[in-house]
Amino acid sequence: MDPGVIKSYLPLYRDALLLTLRIGWQGVLLAFIIGFLCVTAIRFKVPVVRVIVKGYIELFRNTPLLVQLFFLYFALPKIGIRLSPEFCGSLGLGLLGGAYMAETFRSGLDNIPVIQQESAESLGMNRLQAFRYVILPQAVASSVPGFLANTIFLLKETSVFSTISLMDLMFTAKDLIGMYAKTIECLTLLVVFYLIMLLPVSILGSFVERRLRHAEYGD
Amino acid sequence: MDNALLRIEHIEKAYDEHGVIHDLNLVVEKGEVIVIIGPSGCGKSTLLRCINALEDIQGGQILLDGVPVKRDARNISAMRQKIGMVFQSYDLFPHKTVLDNITLAPIKVQKRTRKDAEEEAVALLDRVGLADRRDDYPRQLSGGQKQRVAIVRALSMHPEILLLDEITAALDPEMVREVLDVVLTLARSGITMLIVTHEMSFAQAIADRVIFLENGQIVEESRDPAKFFTEPETPRAKEFLRTFRYER
Repeated sequence: MDPGVIKSYLPLYRDALLLTLRIGWQGVLLAFIIGFLCVTAIRFKVPVVRVIVKGYIELFRNTPLLVQLFFLYFALPKIGIRLSPEFCGSLGLGLLGGAYMAETFRSGLDNIPVIQQESAESLGMNRLQAFRYVILPQAVASSVPGFLANTIFLLKETSVFSTISLMDLMFTAKDLIGMYAKTIECLTLLVVFYLIMLLPVSILGSFVERRLRHAEYGD
Repeated sequence: MDNALLRIEHIEKAYDEHGVIHDLNLVVEKGEVIVIIGPSGCGKSTLLRCINALEDIQGGQILLDGVPVKRDARNISAMRQKIGMVFQSYDLFPHKTVLDNITLAPIKVQKRTRKDAEEEAVALLDRVGLADRRDDYPRQLSGGQKQRVAIVRALSMHPEILLLDEITAALDPEMVREVLDVVLTLARSGITMLIVTHEMSFAQAIADRVIFLENGQIVEESRDPAKFFTEPETPRAKEFLRTFRYER
């Protein structure tokens, strides 16, 4: 290990981290939005949309992110749709994550006993009110561990971005190793930077989980 | 002259091919307390669930104040506000405090102010001896306390009729009393109630009318509970009531 080398690489890794974080968070946010919309369509049995949603979920859950990114970045331009690498990264992550978030969220919804819906309805709430005030808050609370696992998984998946020429952490490490062969330094820095990115997510996630589940499960 | 609040006319209910209620007729008058008893699977819980349209019926109709109660009808929310229901399992909203459980529907459905809803909730909680638990979550309450809160929650909508579906069946014996005492007080205050229960001495004490249901039909009906519980007229009711006695 050469401390001098590590020090000189730090700015490169920092830039890569910021890029990874930016694309990663856009992707995760998009994943939450897509997941929520999908589940709402399934829950309220919206005709046609519901079938499309199911198809989407199976398609994106069962293909690797790498393949999805290749499609967005290399295949779409052939039919005239040209997207920036950054946009492809966020979109790919969002589409993959949307399928995972939808499944996690759906199982959270399925876990809420039917009697909760019936109690809400027997108090005169319509389906939307029952969903919003009774079912949704409980489903979100019980889905938090799954959401957290998905978020961490998605942020780690950013490591395939290097294949569409995004200078993310993985790309930077590989690039530096290729040029200067300081393998141990580069890989150690890579691990450290992934931890810098993900440990706060885990900690923040546990905190949110405790807060949201306090009512039902106590401390 | 006509004092009928709820009219159940020739209703039919079946799950798939399996019939549960056949041609059942019942008129509930304002202020009346009716206790429905019968062996398990006789359709008594299903009857209550049909009344507030948690279940579809295949035939006949249910009228509250002369207005049909129908699932998927546009006025169903308004109709259900007039029909309070308390279930067997503790069905409080676990993510809300006792007070929020009670005020949620008055605020969101009836658009009452929070202040108004909370004042009434606290007064009702006081009546059932739980005013000091208003900020607790359901998990912090005993079964009997949860059921009392569930009763208050139903009452907070000012229903015209209250349906109680075996509300003490899941409780430890020592908690049954505290819940039944609340129901007895309500009955004396004049609220109309339909009660499904297996607590026979309670049924005898509270009922204006007892209905014995079997195979989805009314087998025996009595306006004299004391007489019904000591010497029922039909052999089936006799046999059923005997299962609650231990003699040697």
